[in-house]
Amino acid sequence: MNQLSGVEVAAPSVQSSLREDRVYDAIIIGAGHNGLVTAAYLARAGLDVAVLEKNPHIGGAAVSLSLYEGWTYSNCSYVCSLFRPEIMRDLELYKHGLQIIPYEGGMTMMANGERFHTYYDHNVFRQEIARFSKKDADAYDAYSTAVMKMCRWIKPMLLRTPPDPTSFKPRDIAELLYLGKHFASLGERDMGELVRFFTLSIADFLDEYFETDVVKAHFAGSGIIGTALGPYSPGTAYVLLHHYMGDIDGSVGAWGFARGGMGSVSKALAGAFKSHGGKILCDSEVAQITTQGGACTGVLLTNGNVLRAKKVISNLDVKRTFTKIVKPDVLPENFLRQVNNFKIRGSSGKLNIALGGMPIFDNVPSEHPSLRGDLHFTDSMARMERGYDDWKEGRWSADPYVDMLVPTQIDPTMAPPGKHYMSVFVQYAPPTLSDGRSWDGPARDEFAQTVLNQIASQSPNFRDLVLHYEVRSPWDIERETGLTEGNIFQGELTMDQLIFNRPIPGYAQFRAPVRNLYMCGSSTHPGGGVMGAPGANAAREILRDLSIRNFDPRQEAEI
Amino acid sequence: MNYSMKIKPDTVRVGLKPTPFIDRLRPLNKFESLAYWQGYWSPADFGNPEREYFAIRNTTSVFDLSPMTKYRIKGPQAEAFLQRLMTRNIAKLKPGRVAYTVWCNDEGKVIDDGTLFRLGPQEFRLCCQEHQLFWLLTSAAGFDVSIHDETDEVCGLSLQGPTSYSVLRALGLAAVETLKPFELRDFSFGPGSIMVSRTGFTGDLGYELWCAPGQALPLWDALQSAGRDFGGVEPIGSTALDMARIEAGFIGAHLDFMPADQAVRAGRAASPFELNLEWLVDFNKGHFTGRAALLAEQKAGSKRCLVAVDIEGNKPANHALIYHRKKTEVGHISSGIWSPTAKRNIGLAMLQMPYGKSITSDLWAEIYVMRELKWEKRMAKCTIVKAPFFEPARRRATPPGAY
Repeated sequence: MNQLSGVEVAAPSVQSSLREDRVYDAIIIGAGHNGLVTAAYLARAGLDVAVLEKNPHIGGAAVSLSLYEGWTYSNCSYVCSLFRPEIMRDLELYKHGLQIIPYEGGMTMMANGERFHTYYDHNVFRQEIARFSKKDADAYDAYSTAVMKMCRWIKPMLLRTPPDPTSFKPRDIAELLYLGKHFASLGERDMGELVRFFTLSIADFLDEYFETDVVKAHFAGSGIIGTALGPYSPGTAYVLLHHYMGDIDGSVGAWGFARGGMGSVSKALAGAFKSHGGKILCDSEVAQITTQGGACTGVLLTNGNVLRAKKVISNLDVKRTFTKIVKPDVLPENFLRQVNNFKIRGSSGKLNIALGGMPIFDNVPSEHPSLRGDLHFTDSMARMERGYDDWKEGRWSADPYVDMLVPTQIDPTMAPPGKHYMSVFVQYAPPTLSDGRSWDGPARDEFAQTVLNQIASQSPNFRDLVLHYEVRSPWDIERETGLTEGNIFQGELTMDQLIFNRPIPGYAQFRAPVRNLYMCGSSTHPGGGVMGAPGANAAREILRDLSIRNFDPRQEAEI
Repeated sequence: MNYSMKIKPDTVRVGLKPTPFIDRLRPLNKFESLAYWQGYWSPADFGNPEREYFAIRNTTSVFDLSPMTKYRIKGPQAEAFLQRLMTRNIAKLKPGRVAYTVWCNDEGKVIDDGTLFRLGPQEFRLCCQEHQLFWLLTSAAGFDVSIHDETDEVCGLSLQGPTSYSVLRALGLAAVETLKPFELRDFSFGPGSIMVSRTGFTGDLGYELWCAPGQALPLWDALQSAGRDFGGVEPIGSTALDMARIEAGFIGAHLDFMPADQAVRAGRAASPFELNLEWLVDFNKGHFTGRAALLAEQKAGSKRCLVAVDIEGNKPANHALIYHRKKTEVGHISSGIWSPTAKRNIGLAMLQMPYGKSITSDLWAEIYVMRELKWEKRMAKCTIVKAPFFEPARRRATPPGAY
């Protein structure tokens, strides 16, 4: 059985196997990172809060499991950038062991043996681009400026509640006014650019700056990770921004490792939550959210237990929440229709690999700084798009885009000394295979072999170093974490599902159309990634409904 | 016409003075980023101070301590002399132990702080930032003690970080796991030996390794191999070290206090009380330099106090003035950074009493930020907190954990 190293989780108590008289102030369904953020804020505000988790371990997709003696994997999410520093500060997560260590650089290993490196130092990186094109090297400055303008625009919105543009409530009007002013602050030219940016494909956006295919392919990766869209699909430029708008200690766009794996994020949140008196019940799957007279009253667990609560907050994605655990008759028909149409398509897989040593890659000096960063093989936009073509046909990409990292070069805690853990994120893989085969069969390992072969094609000793690997198809991701179709963002990050449209127009303020029922997962604003912002935003709205003062979103750290 | 000039062979070279580690460090210092430390070649960073900072808090960092000023103090009256010089009770310092201490002038103002290593009953080493020989020799009048500047005879490496114990074990230092905080011990290394003390300037698990210059490069190379499997032994510069020491709440000369013997302006020097170091002052041990003045200050009250502050926002507040009610100027931030581990904007602040003691609220730091050639002013609220800002349990654990 999976075990979450070092995390104590309360087993369901004896009392809870009976029908409890206790009425919690709030019950959160799902101990993923957003659920825990909401829970910690609510508990900190003095509420009596319980978090229910179906798995024996907490964390959802921010989880560190030990599946092979001596190794800890970041089984799902594997790097951190978006997690809001305000939340880390508010909840004092460092006291509960959270440490985010930035990594620098990366590399695309081209099929012809050439390598395109990225570097921390701006001028060194420019020189590297100039090896391919001097024009591209200079275009990189213009590109960075453009992306930074978008980041600066989007960042202050992350911890605000989106206005309802059709509402006449003073708060909505004020927030809409803020949004308008914020938009106007860009100036005429950049207002146009922003609108264009939200609808552009990442390929079109990069074409405006760069001429070298590998340079474009390297940057384009951030535009397709986790999304069921190809690099030429409109909307992927925003996905890139979504991956760039985070920061580590003020360094915008930087990514890092959570020491001990991504489970450390959940572990620290659970620690903060418990320090405020919160209770986590694992092995407690919710069968149904109970209602009475159109209001939510608590939850019924699959083991038959009933827990009562004044507020219920679902950290499950919007589709799973409203099609699986809320009875349809309490929901407006129009709402339910839109829930069913919510785009939440699985497109990603994952390999976690235990290695007996650090692999050698052809034409890369050992201990080159790029090896400590993100590694890729897709060297052209055409290869990337063909990978998407396979997904559309219901197959995994024969030549996938991978985002590969060896965190143990930096984090000493995840593998024995001298050994390594490799995380390989794979784009694309469909949740169901068009040839009718189940993922639970030979298909899963065939998928893994496709990825392992791609790595081995550039590394002479890789195959010999592999001690163990875990394969996660979209189906496996859904089965364990509950993410519908294994979509890592709890719903596509396209304009029709962002800001006041997320998850569904008219329901972007974290409240469900059932009284006392709320949503706090990444299906809500501002979306996916291990960001914690949806959880914090939901907590603020819930506390607002209870007339309890909470954090001020205007404290947003500036960049 | 040709002149032949006579040049003495030992003429001082103009430029930076090398340390015994320079042959290893210089090739790694690819961006040639240096800090000025007493005229020695000393790196400010190796290209990425954040990465170096995280070596301190995540794996093992190595910092060349060789420029540290070091004095060997020995003789039958070495203890009596130091007892007279230091504010701490040196009689309590046993051989094999290290103590952090300050020493004052007659006015009770701090000349410098440093670490005092008791190598034997009659033998000490004093490590500090500033040059002290003049003051030490002046103070030693009448004592049977010899004082010798051994800065260039002993070189040092500071090995700091959660895997530093694992690295030393891999280096083959026998029973290093029993070394307690502030303990020192000799270990055999190569043909000779090195001294290791469990000390540092980072507030983390860490050690300082001291050896003769001839052992410097073999020690460097052995540490690099020993650390390979533990995430490496990462060379760091003073920028990263400074971040860690602020998180640890440690003060620095010329940063948080003005060395009393160098202060030209009246009122600039600070007493141990003002630096929040009253725990270093022992009035019961007998006479010591500055005692009368410090007793008087204790009675009359100090004029200033050094406090730790948590500052709103994310803009480092270094050197910012501090106001009460955004109106009255009451002090300044002497050291301020964004703490990458505590995820807080932190600082050490020197405040005019009673601010910082009886008046602790409504304090604001005036932070100026230059953004694309425009100065922007931020008034950021300061909350007085307890230092250190980050104190991992591994700092004191004996035996330490693997990471």
